[in-house]
Amino acid sequence: MLPFFAYVGIFLIIPTLVVVIAAFLDGANRPTLANVSELAEPYIAKTFWNSIWVSAVSAVIGAVLGALLAYVVATGDPDGLVRTTVSSASGVLAQFGGVTLAFAFIASVGPAGLLTTWILGAEAAPTWLLSLKGLVLVYTYFQIPLMVLVFLPALDGIRPQWREATETLGGTAWDYWRHVAVPILTAPFLGALLLLFANAFSAYATAAALITQGAPIAPLQIRTAFSSEVLLGRENIGKALALGMVIVVAIVMTLNSMLQKRSSRWLR
Amino acid sequence: MSSVTGQRSGVEVRLEELRRTYGAVTALDGLDLTLHPGELVALLGPSGCGKTTALRLLAGLEDADGGRVVVAGLDVTRVPTNKRDMGMVFQAYSLFPHMTARQNVEFGLRLRKQDGARRKKRAEEMLELVGLTAQIDRYAHQMSGGQQQRVALARALAIQPTVLLLDEPLSALDAKVRAQLRDEIRRVQLGVGITTLFVTHDQEEALAIADRVGVMRAGRLEQLGPPTEVYAHPQTPFVAEFVGLNNKLAATVDDGEAEVLGQRIPLVDKSFRPGAAMALIRPEAVKVLSEDADEGVVATVLASSFLGAISRLTLDVGGAGHVIAQLSTADALEHPAGSAVRVRVRPDPVLVTPVD
Amino acid sequence: MTDLSQTGAIAGAVVPPGPPRPGLRARRRRTLLLLRIVVLAVLGAFFLFPLLALLEFSTRGVGEDSPRTLDAWGRIVTDSTLIPAIVSSLQLAVITSVVAMVLMVPTMIWVRLRLPRVSRVVEFLCLLPLTIPAVVLVVGLVPIYAWVRYLTRTDSILTLSYAYVVLVLPFVYRSLDNGLSAIDVRTLAEAARSLGADWFTVITRVVIPNMAQAVLNAALLCVALVMGEFTIASLYNYVNLQVAIAQAGLADANMSMAVSLASLMFAFVLLLGLSFVGRWRRRHGKAAA
Repeated sequence: MLPFFAYVGIFLIIPTLVVVIAAFLDGANRPTLANVSELAEPYIAKTFWNSIWVSAVSAVIGAVLGALLAYVVATGDPDGLVRTTVSSASGVLAQFGGVTLAFAFIASVGPAGLLTTWILGAEAAPTWLLSLKGLVLVYTYFQIPLMVLVFLPALDGIRPQWREATETLGGTAWDYWRHVAVPILTAPFLGALLLLFANAFSAYATAAALITQGAPIAPLQIRTAFSSEVLLGRENIGKALALGMVIVVAIVMTLNSMLQKRSSRWLR
Repeated sequence: MSSVTGQRSGVEVRLEELRRTYGAVTALDGLDLTLHPGELVALLGPSGCGKTTALRLLAGLEDADGGRVVVAGLDVTRVPTNKRDMGMVFQAYSLFPHMTARQNVEFGLRLRKQDGARRKKRAEEMLELVGLTAQIDRYAHQMSGGQQQRVALARALAIQPTVLLLDEPLSALDAKVRAQLRDEIRRVQLGVGITTLFVTHDQEEALAIADRVGVMRAGRLEQLGPPTEVYAHPQTPFVAEFVGLNNKLAATVDDGEAEVLGQRIPLVDKSFRPGAAMALIRPEAVKVLSEDADEGVVATVLASSFLGAISRLTLDVGGAGHVIAQLSTADALEHPAGSAVRVRVRPDPVLVTPVD
Repeated sequence: MTDLSQTGAIAGAVVPPGPPRPGLRARRRRTLLLLRIVVLAVLGAFFLFPLLALLEFSTRGVGEDSPRTLDAWGRIVTDSTLIPAIVSSLQLAVITSVVAMVLMVPTMIWVRLRLPRVSRVVEFLCLLPLTIPAVVLVVGLVPIYAWVRYLTRTDSILTLSYAYVVLVLPFVYRSLDNGLSAIDVRTLAEAARSLGADWFTVITRVVIPNMAQAVLNAALLCVALVMGEFTIASLYNYVNLQVAIAQAGLADANMSMAVSLASLMFAFVLLLGLSFVGRWRRRHGKAAA
């Protein structure tokens, strides 16, 4: 047991604590709120807001399309080709490393991309991909598979007897969805949505590979702070940013586990 | 009692020439069955015999490939499930997990847009009918299997259906709960007077509660009749073997009679070809006499099983192998293990099967 | 609600006789099939397109209208920064997997068998990395790494594996946990103990062989994850596979597209193969469970 706790202690707990505590220290290691108040600076607040926006939109799109795909898979043969392929593809694509994904999209809708040259001719809006909307599109690529992975178990928990019972009691398909399926699936769906949000919010690599200059979202701000920390003497602003991110993600994950507790009983 | 619960009296249900195939497999092969108003018919058979398919066709949960379903004189074969007005109790898992017992029972009424006060009253009535008033605000995961099935029954009856369908409702429950609940179901069914189709693979259940039992095999009805008749006078070897216990004894068929254990007994099917065969004889048809009686063959008692009021003796009858006899415990005590006895078979018409 | 005992009251209840129409169920099944086809086709196209784009880009010739070529792919093997980066990444993958397994397998078995109350804590700790973004971890690990560099007197890229083990914890945990739940560990262990085995034997010769699938699963997840990791490596200025790809993107676009596709195919084949093995085992019966 000891090795485990020791390892985790050193490499996980302490860094976390470092982030939390150092956010409140200045260059000379004296307590200060200066770093945290820097977070309220308009341009930093904007990056946080951008992060939230991108995460939220990609989460919603990913959740809806992913739920649809999961539904298609769940209603099919449990050992069939469709299910196996989609499940394993989801497993891979949800982990799709940022760099390779970024390049795939550059190859598709970037300035010299396949789609761009097909549809719009040789020269087209070269920076669309680097905008927030472009980021949303790219993020959706791994959000949908993640949704399938997370939501499919919930769909599997829906018993066919519930539908049949509704019918024998005189209900239509609409009645079933409205009174049975939707109420039961709401909590798992929202939980999955939150997970998708946290996932997008924490994502670094994809954005870093796409957006080599500038830092429109929070994780990239940390990149800036990291490389310029020593230069500009704002020692711990990076840590304050990190703290900000942790707080957002922690809130989201706590909500998620509260929702999970509620819904898991019904779908066992 | 039927007026108290406000149910109408039962209707006639006819299944005519029902046919259902799944690809190469024929689940139902021309089933004909009529349920008289208010009666409980049990469909009994091994898995795959088509009994559940028949029930689901009646409910409309599957489409028939041929034949008709007629309820109260109306052809409902093409009518969708939610318009058939039938109450159904499933084997398990059918309660809505996100609703309390009360809400589950009220569900059908809610769909019919009954107002809150009437729904509430009806739900409470039904839950009282099945003895679950104390659980009225509990959820499914807080109740035992038996309790859940009672709620399912209340839910099915709350809408005052014309027919009640039960798909192996007791199969997922413990033995003791099963016996209790099966009597409850019968009590409620009789009180309400609703025509009911009960599907099960447990012959004891079917015999205990049904007005008539239909034994099914491979998509067809082998025999249909009151429980006593199906038990005492099985018409085919399959029915004889599926319902109740049987001894299979070596016999010789000759001239419409079988010679078994030294006796000549008439056959049920007199056209059975002569030669070697196996006779199916119930344990209670085997008479055990004392050693010095003047009839029967000699045998030794190998073992004795005490089953309460009755006991079963395993007897070694020399060439014919082992025979199980059933008799009252008082009589069984006179022939302990190891003692010598004489064995005789009741001369009722007997069923035979080919030697396999 | 329709009430069939009121004869003739409902027009819909009596359907005119005629040749049997396909029933309601069959119709509903067809609608579902249509939906499935549409969804799978549309989403399938969405997911396949970028991959095709990678393939297309990586096989472009130089200049307009020049023929397709596999030159870029050939350059993967000759590029001077790429090969070392691939090697480093592979080494990291192996080290991380091994360390993670050695750390987690005994711990989880032990917790399950002997210290069930600690399991909540372990679970929390293992799922914590999901909540802490890699970027944050990077920031917090700076002092730790300074310390590590001082102690081990090396600046090798392989020190990244310490951090990577933390990153893979949640996935390893979930995989091993599923594997342990599927077999009845307690009964197996008690049976082995009653036959005289000591704890070491129980773990190595009884439990682990029965969770081989889960361990393999976890190890492969580690490999896939490490091969795809970018954040920590780049912020600490190490050059692993992904960093190399990113750098190459600026210099040799075609080649970077090629290697991106290659690494993705590699991960895909890895994980796809794993789930097909799972499916095969299920179809042909699994060893003792």
